[in-house]
Amino acid sequence: MNSPTTGLTRRATITAGAIAALAGLLAPRMAFADEKQVADEIKKLYGDKAMAEGKIRLDVPEIAENGLVVPINIEVDSPMTEADHVKAVHVFADGNPLPGIVSYSFTPACGKASAATRMRLAQTQNIICIAEMSNGTLHTAKANVKVTIGGCGG
Amino acid sequence: MISRREFLQATAAAAAITTGSGLGPLGRAAAQQRLSQSDILRFDPLGTVTILHITDIHAQLMPLHFREPSINLGVGDAKGKPPHLVDQAFREHFRIAAGSPEAFALTSDDFVALARNYGKMGGIDRIATLVKAIRAERGADKVLLLDGGDTWQGSWSALQSKGQDMVEVMSLLGTDAMTSHWEFTLGAERVKEIAESASFAFLAQNIRDREWNEPVFAPRKLFEKGGVKVGVIGQALPRTAIANPRWMFPEWEFGIREDELQKQVDEVRADGAAIVVLLSHNGFDVDRKLASRVKGIDIILTAHTHDAMPGMMRVGETVLVASGSHGKFLSRLDIATRDGKVSDIRFKLMPVFSDAVAADAEMAALVARHRAPHAAELAKEIGRTESLLYRRGNFNGTFDDLICDAMLSERDAEIALSPGFRWGGTLLPGEAITWEAITNATAITYPACYRNEMTGAQLKEILEDVADNIFHPDPYFQGGGDMVRIGGMGYAIDVSRPMGSRISGLTHLKTGKPIEAGKSYVVSGWASVNEATQGPPIWDVVRDHVARSKTVTITPNDAVKVSGA
Repeated sequence: MNSPTTGLTRRATITAGAIAALAGLLAPRMAFADEKQVADEIKKLYGDKAMAEGKIRLDVPEIAENGLVVPINIEVDSPMTEADHVKAVHVFADGNPLPGIVSYSFTPACGKASAATRMRLAQTQNIICIAEMSNGTLHTAKANVKVTIGGCGG
Repeated sequence: MISRREFLQATAAAAAITTGSGLGPLGRAAAQQRLSQSDILRFDPLGTVTILHITDIHAQLMPLHFREPSINLGVGDAKGKPPHLVDQAFREHFRIAAGSPEAFALTSDDFVALARNYGKMGGIDRIATLVKAIRAERGADKVLLLDGGDTWQGSWSALQSKGQDMVEVMSLLGTDAMTSHWEFTLGAERVKEIAESASFAFLAQNIRDREWNEPVFAPRKLFEKGGVKVGVIGQALPRTAIANPRWMFPEWEFGIREDELQKQVDEVRADGAAIVVLLSHNGFDVDRKLASRVKGIDIILTAHTHDAMPGMMRVGETVLVASGSHGKFLSRLDIATRDGKVSDIRFKLMPVFSDAVAADAEMAALVARHRAPHAAELAKEIGRTESLLYRRGNFNGTFDDLICDAMLSERDAEIALSPGFRWGGTLLPGEAITWEAITNATAITYPACYRNEMTGAQLKEILEDVADNIFHPDPYFQGGGDMVRIGGMGYAIDVSRPMGSRISGLTHLKTGKPIEAGKSYVVSGWASVNEATQGPPIWDVVRDHVARSKTVTITPNDAVKVSGA
C-alpha cells in the first residue's frame, strides 16, 4: 500500500510475503489515544449521562482496505421532527493519536440523520459513535476496525 | 425446502461420493477398485434444474496431483467442524473407507501410495467430458454451469496469456457465470476487458468504485432453466484489496457488504427467482456465518478455501457446497421446486479421476493449442525430487520448504518468507521438477523476490498479523490464505490467543539462538503486495536452486510448534 505518511520509508521498503505496513507505523514516536481518553472526551460533552444502545447504524468495514481512507457510514433512526430529532452525532477512535474523528450537527430540516465520510486509522481500534437526541437522551454504538499489513492472499 | 431427513440422506449418500450408484461406501476389500467414468457420472436425477459448480481451478488445464491438507484448523465456531477435519476424522465424518478412491481424493495420509494407485486428477478436457455427458442426459436447457473463480491464475500459460487460455477454455466449457479473486491480479483494465466481452457473466455484488461508490460489475443474473428462474448473485473475495496488491486495482473497494447482498436476494426473489444461488468466493467459514445472517439464499457455492466436502452443510434454510480446487472435482446439484420454492436438493461431489474419464477431443485440442507455444519450456526437466512436494496446510508444506531453501541459498539470506498460498500442484517422490511444476507453484503477476533487512520485532509483527488473518475467531475478520511459510527461523504459535500474543519463541535455526527484537536479519521473500518491489522473479530463483541441487530432498520441518488447536 502506498502511504504518504512520513516516517515509513524504511518500513515501506521492508516487504514480507505480505507487508503493506499500516499497523504500528506510527508506533515508535507517537502516543495513541486509549479508551480512557475517549471516555474523557465524551465526559466533556455530556458528563456522566447514561447512554443507551440501539438506534444508530454504524457501518464500517471489519478490515480496512486502506487505513488512510476508511469509509464510515452513520445513520440514526429518528423521525427528524421538531419534537423528536437527532441534534448531534460524534465519532471517536480509541487508537489514533487524537481521539476525535468528526462531529455532525443536525436539524429537523435535514430530513434524516445520516452522514458518510472517510477517516484515517493508524492501527486496529474501536470506533465509538454517540448520538444526542432532541429530548436530551444519548445513544451509542461501537465497532472494531482491523488495520492489517495484508498479503499472503490464499 | 428440503426436510431434515432428506438432507441427512443426501449427505449420507453423497458421503460415498457415488450417490445413487448402489455401490455404497467402498469397504477395504474394494479399496483398490477404481471408479469408472459411469461410476463418477451416475446420479439419480431430481427436479428440473441441475447446477454444476467448479471452482479454484487455478489455471490447471492438465491432470495433476493435489494433496489435501493434513493440518486445517478451525477456530471459533468452526473449531472441529467440517471442512476443518483431516485424514481419519474427515473419513469418519463422511464415512469414507481408508484406501478408497474417495480417501485418495479427499485426504492426505498415505498420499504417495494412493497416488501411484489411482493416478492424477483433473484435466479440463476430462471435466468437459463430464459436463457434456450431464448436459446430454438432462438436456442443456436444464443445466447451469457456475465457476467460483480463481480460474485465470496459477499456470505459466495463464500468466503469459494474461488469462486468455482460461477465458477461452471456460467459454468452450459453456460456463454461464463466474465470480472472482485472483483474476484481479491481472489488473483492473484486463479484468474489465474480459468481463465486458466474455461469453459468460462476470458477477460481483461487493465491488464498488472508490470515488462514487458505484457497482463495478453486474451483481447478479437471472437464468431460466427447466422452466424455473434461477437467480445467481456473485460475491468476489471480500479481502482481495488486503490479500493481494491493491495498486493493481486502485479504484475498487471490496468488503462483504451483507446489507447490499440482502437487497440483491430480495430483488431477485421479486424478479421471480424460485432458486437463489450465491456464487461466492468468501471462503467457507465466512459463508457459513453469512448464511446465518443473510436470509433467503437457497444455495451457497463456496470457494477460496479449497475445501472439498462430499456432502452439503445446512445453515438455517441455506445449504453450503464445497467443490474443492485444481479441477479435482465437479459438483452436481439437482434441484426440485414446488410453488416457486426449492423443495428438494440432491448433491454429488464428482471426483475427476483423470485415468477413468475420457478426454473430450474438442477441449483437448483447444488446450493443446494454448500450450503449444510453451510446450518445450514447460516440459523441461530442471531437477528431480526425492521427497513428496506439496503446499497445502495451515503452517508449512514441502514445496514451500523448497522455495524457502531456494531463497536462502540463491539470495544469501538468513530468513526466507513464502506466502501462504493454497494453490499449486503436488510432486511425488522420484518425479521430475519441470518448469511447469515450478511455475504451477509460483505463477503470479507480482513475483519479485526481494532481499532486505528486518528486525526481530518486525518479523514477530508480521507473523502476528498474518496469524490473525487466519486464526481470528470471527471469520469476518480473517483475510487471506494460510500462514506465511518460513525458512531459517522457527517459532511457536498458540492459535487460541488474541492478536499480538499468539507468536513466541522465534529462533534463528542456523545458530539455535533466539531472534532478538532489536537485531536486523537479512530476509528474502516474494509476493509482496507493495508496488515496485525489487528482485528477480521467484521462478528463476527456484529454478537456479533446483538446477544446482539436481536432486532435491526436503527434511521434515518441525520448526513451527503449534498449540491451542
